[in-house]
Amino acid sequence: MKFLVCISNVPDTTTKITFTPDNKEFNKAGVQFVINPWDEYALTRAIELKEANAGSTVTVINVGEADTEPNIRKALAIGADDAIRVNAAPKDAFFVAEQIAAVAKEGAYDVILMGKESIDYNGFQVHGMVGELLGIPTVAPAMKLDMSGNTATLEREIEGGKEIVSVNTPFVASCQQPMCEPRIPNMRGIMTARTKPLKVVPATAGDARTTVAEFALPPKKQGVKLIDADNAGELIKLLRNEAKVI
Amino acid sequence: MSVLVVVECDKGEVKKSSLEVATYGAQLAAQLGTSATAIAVGEATDANLAKLGEQGISKVLYDKEPRLKDFVNNAYTKLIATAAQQEDAKVIVLANSNIGASVGSRLSIRLQASLATNVVELPKTDGGQFTVKRGAFSGKAFSDVVLSGERKIIAVKKNSIEAQHEAGKTAEVVAFAAQLTDADFADAPKQVVMQDQAGGVLLPEAALVVSGGRGMKGPENWNLIEDLAKALGAATACSKPVSDVDWRPHHEHVGQTGITVSPNLYIACGISGAIQHLAGVNSSKVIVVINKDPEAPFFKAADYGIVGDVFDVLPKLTAAVKALG
Ligand SMILES: Cc1cc2nc3c(=O)[nH]c(=O)nc-3n(C[C@H](O)[C@H](O)[C@H](O)COP(=O)(O)OP(=O)(O)OC[C@H]3O[C@@H](n4cnc5c(N)ncnc54)[C@H](O)[C@@H]3O)c2cc1C
Ligand SMILES: Cc1cc2nc3c(=O)[nH]c(=O)nc-3n(C[C@H](O)[C@H](O)[C@H](O)COP(=O)(O)OP(=O)(O)OC[C@H]3O[C@@H](n4cnc5c(N)ncnc54)[C@H](O)[C@@H]3O)c2cc1C
Repeated sequence: MKFLVCISNVPDTTTKITFTPDNKEFNKAGVQFVINPWDEYALTRAIELKEANAGSTVTVINVGEADTEPNIRKALAIGADDAIRVNAAPKDAFFVAEQIAAVAKEGAYDVILMGKESIDYNGFQVHGMVGELLGIPTVAPAMKLDMSGNTATLEREIEGGKEIVSVNTPFVASCQQPMCEPRIPNMRGIMTARTKPLKVVPATAGDARTTVAEFALPPKKQGVKLIDADNAGELIKLLRNEAKVI
Repeated sequence: MSVLVVVECDKGEVKKSSLEVATYGAQLAAQLGTSATAIAVGEATDANLAKLGEQGISKVLYDKEPRLKDFVNNAYTKLIATAAQQEDAKVIVLANSNIGASVGSRLSIRLQASLATNVVELPKTDGGQFTVKRGAFSGKAFSDVVLSGERKIIAVKKNSIEAQHEAGKTAEVVAFAAQLTDADFADAPKQVVMQDQAGGVLLPEAALVVSGGRGMKGPENWNLIEDLAKALGAATACSKPVSDVDWRPHHEHVGQTGITVSPNLYIACGISGAIQHLAGVNSSKVIVVINKDPEAPFFKAADYGIVGDVFDVLPKLTAAVKALG
């Protein structure tokens, strides 16, 4: 079984978000980048399934510039076998999907795993696009993934419940908790990751279909209005008469 | 040229988020000088679909193929693509739900359309450009995104636009057949398991949410959260550590790595307000924080707050709601 795990390089979850003075770009200065938290589920589950299915391999792919390599190495340290970096700034979700689809086709991967969504652009798009570009099913977002031979059984979250879906390889799934307990690299992993292959390939043709014109921060809150605990019922009156939400 | 609105239905009813999407689509159609047609998916009744007229929809297409009752990615994609072609739809509007966004991304490839998810406002369409505002960085920012090309797909974030109800207006419900084959249903679910909802409100669709954190001390105290939620008609939610230790089910976990909610009212009980938690709730219209620690970071993001013990305050709030009648 050949697994391809897509990882996105995103600002750490504690990052205070700011933009460049023209508001056109995210201000990367001083920001720590991590593997997108959802993608860690995809990566760990792929490694678990590889361990359970002898002869399997896990390849990670990132569409990004050289500054993403520390996190690619981290994925190798966690247990992926090799990595591919498509050397391009990820222009938008469509552009990224085209790059991943091209690599997936070329390498004839059986299972393509991603995170549910990137925590920076919050697209929830790349998995559906890759599935459609390759003409294979996408199951998004998946909370559980089990494989038996070429058949996968997944639990897909829907609003208010879940669906049990079964698909044959090749397929795409986007992962979220509680699929597995994401692993962290150990010392041995970090040592071996240094020599694992990381191939850099050029982007295939591909246009973006969207462009960010401007970023903005949400309007500042007015400040909290405190109500005395002994007089808690007053809050309910304010919610009805002042905030008008109940 | 028209605007096509994808309307999700469940147990005969149009989902609340789809009433919002229908309103969005109708307002966008008016802005573009055209009409809004809906395509219904899921289990619907003709009578409820006709009522989409109240949101400004003129015509509703509905394919009664029974296998479309449950979400099937390929079949839904083909159904909507066929409808979009028939209606010459230049813009498709769907809910930013697991169903809507999943189908939207496939459709964007099939129809060569540009796609924006998590959209919070009507687009700006003057000057020949089509610009939408969408949430990014997990609720910590917005971005204005220019959509290029002939066709556009917009997934509208829940609770970001208020559904309109113009009483008495009805839409024409038209039978639609997308000629789906068995192959289109290859990824049909084997089984659909719905959460136990006994009297509760579904969190992703909820306008009011009462949420508990570690300050609730244990699952045995959740009746305090549930009582207030019930009195308000609200859904219940929790912080990540609470679902991690199984005090509450995972689908109630909100935040950066849980679900994102944007209700009119979010009441946080015994939650400290970590940045990852705020990421899932900070687009709520009004935030109430109840915490015994006046220094809890959540107060900075709150509109109203009570510094106090949840075990003392929650019963008082529930009583006050009941007293409203
Ligand atoms: C300087 C800069 C500018 C950018 N400008 C824009 C812009 O203007 N508009 C825009 O839409 N995007 C822009 N991006 C790209 C953005 O970071 C995303 O890579 C891309 O938009 C896909 O994100 P998404 O939220 O749509 O992905 P989602 O659909 O939410 O991601 C789902 C999954 O797809 C996989 N995935 C996503 N991105 C990648 C990737 N790059 N490599 C490998 N796997 C991936 C991950 O598994 C992820 O969990 C920019 C990036 C950079 C670095
Ligand atoms: C990568 C990553 C992703 C994460 N994603 C999420 C996420 O999606 N969602 C999420 O919620 N968290 C997430 N977290 C965890 C987050 O950082 C916090 O640890 C978590 O939100 C804290 O939960 P809490 O507020 O319930 O508990 P605590 O931080 O322990 O806070 C409990 C609060 O209750 C108050 N309290 C105690 N007793 C009482 C009482 N009797 N009456 C009133 N108040 C009382 C205390 O003063 C305290 O403020 C993530 C963390 C990481 C690293």
